[in-house]
Amino acid sequence: MTHQSSSIIIERAPSPAGSSAPASQLLPRLGSRKQTDPAQNEIFKEKQQSTPPARHARNSTVHKSDEKYQSGEGARYITRKAALRKLQLTLRDFRTLCIVKGIYPREPKHRRRAQQGKTGIQTLYLKKDIQFLMHEPIIWKIREKKVHLKRIKRARSMKDYSMAKRYASTVPVIEIDHIIKERYPTFIDALRDLDDCLTLCFMFAALPRRKTIPSYLIALCRRLTLEFMHVVIASRALRHVFVSIKGIYYQVEFRGQTITWLVSHNFGFDPRDASEVDFRTMTTFVEFYSTMLGFVNFRLYHIMNLNYPPQLQGYTTEELENELIDDRVSLSDRVAALNIPLRSAGVSGEAAADEIELDQFPMSEDAEVADEARQKYEETKNLKTLFNGMRVFLNREVPREMLVFVLRCCGAEVSWDTSIFPGECLFNEDDESITHQIVDRPSIDKQYISRYYVQPQWIFDSLNARKLLPVEKYFIGVPLPPHLSPFSHEYRTHRYVPPEEKALKDDSYVLKEDIPIDETDLLDEDESPNVDDMIDNESDGEVPVDTEKNEKVQNMEVKKGETYRANKSKERKDYKQMHQLKEKMIRRKYRNLYKSMMQGCRGREKEIKLLKYKRRLHERRRFEEKKAAMKAQHVAALM
Amino acid sequence: MNPRKRKVQPEKDIEEKNDPADEPEENLFGYISGNESDELEWETDDESTASPMSKKEIKPQKHKASKEAGSSSEVTADSSLPEAASVPYTEYEDEFDTSDEEDLRNTVGNIPMNWYDDYPHLGYDWDGKQILKSNSDDQIDYFLKRMEDPDFWKTVRDRQTGADVVLSDKDVELIHRIEASKIPDATFNDYAPWIDWFTNEVMKMPLRKFPEHKRSFLPSRIEAKQVNKMCHALRMGYMKTKKQKAEERLKKREKQFYLLWEKDDVADKMRRIHDYIPAPKRHLPGHAESYNPPAEYLFNNKELREWNKQAETPWKRKLHFIPEKHASLLDVPAYRDFMKERFTRCLDLYLCPRARKMRLTIEPEDLLPKLPSPRDLQPFPSVMSLVFTGHTDMIRCLSIDPIGQYLISGSDDMTIKVWEINTGRCMRTINVGGVVRSIEWCPNKALSLVAVAADRKLLLINPGVGDILVVKKTDSLFKETLEQTFAVSEKVKAVVQWENTSEEEWDTGIRFIVNHFKEIKQVTWHGRGDYFATVMSEGGNRSVVIHQVSTRHSQIPFAKPKGLVQCILFHPVRPFLFVATQKNVRIYDLVKQELFKKLQTYAQWISSMAIHSGGDNLIVGTYDRKMLWFDLDLSTDPYKTLRLHRNAVRAVAFHKRYPLFASCSDDGSTIISHGMVYNDLLQNPLIVPLKMLRDHQPHNDFSVLNVIFHPNQPWVFSSGADATIRLYT
Repeated sequence: MTHQSSSIIIERAPSPAGSSAPASQLLPRLGSRKQTDPAQNEIFKEKQQSTPPARHARNSTVHKSDEKYQSGEGARYITRKAALRKLQLTLRDFRTLCIVKGIYPREPKHRRRAQQGKTGIQTLYLKKDIQFLMHEPIIWKIREKKVHLKRIKRARSMKDYSMAKRYASTVPVIEIDHIIKERYPTFIDALRDLDDCLTLCFMFAALPRRKTIPSYLIALCRRLTLEFMHVVIASRALRHVFVSIKGIYYQVEFRGQTITWLVSHNFGFDPRDASEVDFRTMTTFVEFYSTMLGFVNFRLYHIMNLNYPPQLQGYTTEELENELIDDRVSLSDRVAALNIPLRSAGVSGEAAADEIELDQFPMSEDAEVADEARQKYEETKNLKTLFNGMRVFLNREVPREMLVFVLRCCGAEVSWDTSIFPGECLFNEDDESITHQIVDRPSIDKQYISRYYVQPQWIFDSLNARKLLPVEKYFIGVPLPPHLSPFSHEYRTHRYVPPEEKALKDDSYVLKEDIPIDETDLLDEDESPNVDDMIDNESDGEVPVDTEKNEKVQNMEVKKGETYRANKSKERKDYKQMHQLKEKMIRRKYRNLYKSMMQGCRGREKEIKLLKYKRRLHERRRFEEKKAAMKAQHVAALM
Repeated sequence: MNPRKRKVQPEKDIEEKNDPADEPEENLFGYISGNESDELEWETDDESTASPMSKKEIKPQKHKASKEAGSSSEVTADSSLPEAASVPYTEYEDEFDTSDEEDLRNTVGNIPMNWYDDYPHLGYDWDGKQILKSNSDDQIDYFLKRMEDPDFWKTVRDRQTGADVVLSDKDVELIHRIEASKIPDATFNDYAPWIDWFTNEVMKMPLRKFPEHKRSFLPSRIEAKQVNKMCHALRMGYMKTKKQKAEERLKKREKQFYLLWEKDDVADKMRRIHDYIPAPKRHLPGHAESYNPPAEYLFNNKELREWNKQAETPWKRKLHFIPEKHASLLDVPAYRDFMKERFTRCLDLYLCPRARKMRLTIEPEDLLPKLPSPRDLQPFPSVMSLVFTGHTDMIRCLSIDPIGQYLISGSDDMTIKVWEINTGRCMRTINVGGVVRSIEWCPNKALSLVAVAADRKLLLINPGVGDILVVKKTDSLFKETLEQTFAVSEKVKAVVQWENTSEEEWDTGIRFIVNHFKEIKQVTWHGRGDYFATVMSEGGNRSVVIHQVSTRHSQIPFAKPKGLVQCILFHPVRPFLFVATQKNVRIYDLVKQELFKKLQTYAQWISSMAIHSGGDNLIVGTYDRKMLWFDLDLSTDPYKTLRLHRNAVRAVAFHKRYPLFASCSDDGSTIISHGMVYNDLLQNPLIVPLKMLRDHQPHNDFSVLNVIFHPNQPWVFSSGADATIRLYT
C-alpha cells in the first residue's frame, strides 16, 4: 500500500517540478561553489523564489499541448498546406497529382480535433495518403518536366531556337499506366468508375479545337468513345436510353456493372462556358480518363474476342491498306459510321458465352429472388434482339450517331442519306425492304406504303419498355406521349408514379386520356361528368347510403337484418390516436430521428399530392378541349 | 552567327561579284527569313509552356551546306562589304575631294561638332589656325539667299568646315535614285546578258594557266568512307532520317494500350490508397428531366416564381433545372450548364472531402416500440358513460368509498357532494366553508368517514350514506368525548388543534374539526383507517402532520424542513411514508424513524404520485409534463419516463385490481395506460398507453384536475375545471 502511494507521488512530482528540473541539476554545482561564493547562491535562491508560480503552470501547459496531438485524430490528418510543404510541390502540381492518383480530402469525425484545435474549416488529407504520394515516381517526372520546360523557355528567350526545338522534342512523357492498375485493382473496379470517365470523354470528343485544350486529346477521346460504342454494339450491352433536357443518358451493362453516361445534345459549344470552367483541371482529368478508357476498351475487345484497334468486317487488313493507304480519314469515317460490324480475332468466341441458358432450380429457397432474376434475364435477352430484322432508314434531320448506336445495339440494320455522313450506307431511301423510317419533321412529301414513318422517341420508348410499342402514337405529326425516365424505379419506393408508367407496367390500366367521351355526355350541358370520380372511384370505396328512404317505404314489412357497418371514421380516429400514443413511447435516442423521418415522409407526400393535383387539372383541361372539339364536330354534322 | 568567314565554291563567288543584287546577298548568311517556318509540336500534356501556336522559328537552311560537302575544291574568300556600295562612293570622292585622307581642312577629327557651338571657330586647319565660323547665321542673309540664289535648294552646309557646298547635278540625281530605291549608278544595266563562265562546253584553252590537280579528278576516299558508314548505319537502323525520327516521336506520344487486367476480379498485390472511399455516383434522372415529361412535372406559375426567387440560394431548390417540354427531338437545344456541371463534378471528385456515412434503410415505423395491441389488453375504460353535474366551480378532488358505491367530490364552490355512482344522483351536499383542496374516504370499511381539507380546517365528515349500521356506529364513536390522557406539547398545539363540533355542524355531518396553522394542501389516510396525514406546503418543518382518529392525537414527524412538500403517501403494506418534495421523493421508515430511500426524479416540480397496490411501483406526475415510473426494487432512478402529455400532469392514479394507471393533465386529456407488474423479479413492468380521453372543457388554463379509479371496476372518474365529473367505463 505504502509503496503504491509513493509511486503515485513520484509520478505526480515531475509536473510541478518540470521547470525546476534543470535547477535541481544545477544545485550540486552551485553547492560546490557555495563555499567560494555564497552570494551567488543567494541570488539563485532569490531568482528561484521570484519565478512566479504562473510560469510553472504555463510551462506545464505548453508541455502538455506538445503532447496533445501526437496520436489519435489530431495526428491522422494533415492540412493541404502542410502536404504541399512535405511533398515540395506547387499547388498546381499537387492538384495534378491528386487527380491522377485519386487522392481526395477526408471529412474527419471531429473536425476540431483533426485540425489540432484550430477553428474554421481546413482542407484535410489523410497523412497516410500523403505519405503514399511521396513514393510516387511520377512526382519526379513532374519535376523533370518542369525543368525541361524551363530549359525550353530559356533557350527561346536566348533566341537559340534550334536548342529550343531539340528540347521540345524530348519533353518527358508522364506514363500513368501503373496508376490505372493501382487505382483499379480489378477490371470490375474500373467498370464501376466508368460513369464520369465516359461522360467527360464524350464531352471532350465533341469539343472544338481550342488553344487551351490539346488537340490530340480531343482526337483521342473521339477515337476511344467510338471504340467503346463499337464494343457496346458488339456485345449488345445497352440497357436504357433516356433523352433528357441535359442530353442523352445511356445505360449499359458489362459484367454485371451498370454504367450510365450522359452525352450532350448536338453540342453548341458556347465560349461563355469556357470562362466559367477551368479547362486545365478538366484536361488533367481527361488525360487520366482517356488512358483508363483505352485500357478498358482493350479488355472489353479482348473479352469480346475482337481485334483491337477495331477492324471492320468485310475489309481485310491488306484490303484496307491498299484501298485506304493514303486516305486515312475515310477509314476513321468508316469506323465512326458505326454501321459495320467489327471483325473478330479468332474462330472460337468468348462472346458466345453470353448466350447461356439459365438453369431452373426448383429447390431454391428464395423462389421470388430467383424468379425475379430469371425475369430480368429474359427481359435483357429479349432486349438484345428487340429490333432484329428491322431495316431502318434515318431521315436527314435526326441525330444520326445516337440513333445508329441505339438501333444497332438491339440488332437493327441502319442506313441514312449519303449527304449527312460520309461513311458506309447500306441501302438507299428508295429501297423497298426498309421497314421503318425515322422522321422528326411534321410532314413528309414522298411516303412509301411499305414502311412505318415514326418519330425517334418510339425507339427509345420501345427500348426502355423492352417491347415494340404500337407505332400509332409515334407517327409523323402526332403529338408524342410523354417520354418517361427508365431510372425512376431506382429511387425511393414512396414516390409519385405517373399514370403513363402504370399503364406501361400494367396492360389492363387504361389511361384517362384514352377513355372515349360518351355521346350522351356531350348532349348534357349542365352536368359535365366529373372526371375525377371516374378515376378516384377505385380508390374510395364509400358508397352513399340511403337506407332511410328504404325504411319508410317498407314500413310494414319484416325488416331485413342490417349488416354491421363499422364506423370507419371512428376507427381511423382511434387508430390515429393509438398511433399518436405509440409515437410518444419512442425511446429518447430515436425521437429526433423519427421526427425528421416523418417530416421527410410528409414532404414527399406533399409533393405527390401536388403532382396528383396538377395531373388532375391537366386531365380536366384535356377533357374540356376534347369535348369542345367533339361538340364542334357534332354541330357541324347537324348543320 | 558569324557569316564573315564562309566556304563557297569559286564559281559562285564570281557569280556574286557580277550580280550584286539584294537576293543573293541574303543567301550569303546561310539563312532565309521566315519563308520556311515550322510549327513545333509540343508535349501538350502539360500546359505550362507558352502557347504552342505562336512558336515560329527561323529555321537554319542546312541543305546547302550538305550539298557542298561533296565538292572537292574549296576557296576561302573574304567579302566584308558589298561591292555595289563602293562604286558610287569612289565617284563622290573624286568630285568633291572631301575625303578625310586627301583634303581635310579641319583637323579636329571625328567629333561631334556641337562641341564648338559656343566658340567663334570650328576647328583648326593644317597650319594650326582657327577656322572661323561664317557669319551667315543672319536670318536676313539667309532669307535673301533663299530668295535670290537659284542654287539655294541644292546648297548644303558642310558642318565640318562651315562652308556652303553646292551639290552638282550628278549628286542630285544620285540622291534622287537612292530615294527611289533604285541602283545609284544610272549606267548600270540590270538586264545585261548572262555570261556563263563555267559551262559544260569543253574549251580549247584552260581557264587558268596551270593544269588541274589530280585530286580534283579523283573522288575523296575519306568522304566515300564516311558516306559508306552513314549508308550502312541507315540500312542497319543505327541512324535514322529526320522523317523517321519525327514519326517515331509521334508514335511514342501515341498511347499504347494493352491487357492491363488479366482477369476480371483478381487483384494484384500492390500498395494502394489507405481506406479508399469511392466517389458516389451521380443521381440518375427522374421523369422531370425528360425532354417530353408528363404534364404534371412542368412548373406552374407559382412554382416558377418560387424557383426564380431562390436564385440566391439555389441549393434550396427542389429541382436544379426548370422542366421543359419539347414537341420533337429536333427542338431540344443544348443544355446551357452542361459544361459547368461537368466541371463541378470534376471539382467534387478531387476537392470534396469524403467520409463514410451510414444510411438508414429503415422505415419510420421500425422505430416505434413493439407494444401489444390495446385490444389485447382489455378491459380498460374507453367510453364516457356518465357525467356528474351539480358543482358550480372547478372540482379539485374526488374520492370513492371503499365498497365502491359512492363518490364524493370537493369543489371550489366550498361544498362537497356525495354521488351515487350507479345513478349519478347527488345524495348530499355539504357546505364546508372553504375551498376543498383534498378529500379522502377512510379506507376502513367499518367507518363511514371522510377527511376533507377545506382551507385551514380539516373536517372529518360522516356523509351518512351506505350501510346505516356503519353510519350509526361511526356517529356513536364520535359522540363520546375522549379525555386527553396525555399532555399535548406546545409545539403541536401551535400547529393543530382538535376541535369538537357544534350542533349545527353535527347535523351537517361534520364530526370533528382539526384546525391547522396553514392552508392544507392534501390529506391522506393510512391503509388501516386510523391514521391520516395532512400536508401544508408552506409549513416548513411542520408541513407534514400525522393524526390519529382514535386518540385525536397529532404529531409532527420531521424536525427539519425538507423543502416544499407537495404530497405524501402511505405505503399500502409496509410502514413507509412517501414524501414528495419539489424535486425528489423521500421514503421514511415509520417504525425505525429514519430515511429509507431517496428517489431522484430529475424533474422540476412534482405534482402528484400514486403507488401500485403491490407497493413496489410508484408513479410520479410532474408539472413539466412527465410521468415517472419508479421500480423501488430496481433503482432510485426512474425506470421509465413517459412524456405522454403536452402539458403539466395534475394527477396520477393506480387501479387497485387491474393493471391500469391513469394520468390527467392541463392539456385536457386523461390517458389510461396499461401498467403490468409481474411477480417475476427479472421481468420489467410492461407499460402501454391505451386510450386518450378528451372530454373536459378547458377553463382558465385548467382542464382535468383529478383522476381516480373505481376500487373494483375498470372505471375511471375524472373531475375538471368545467365543474363536471365524468365516468368512463
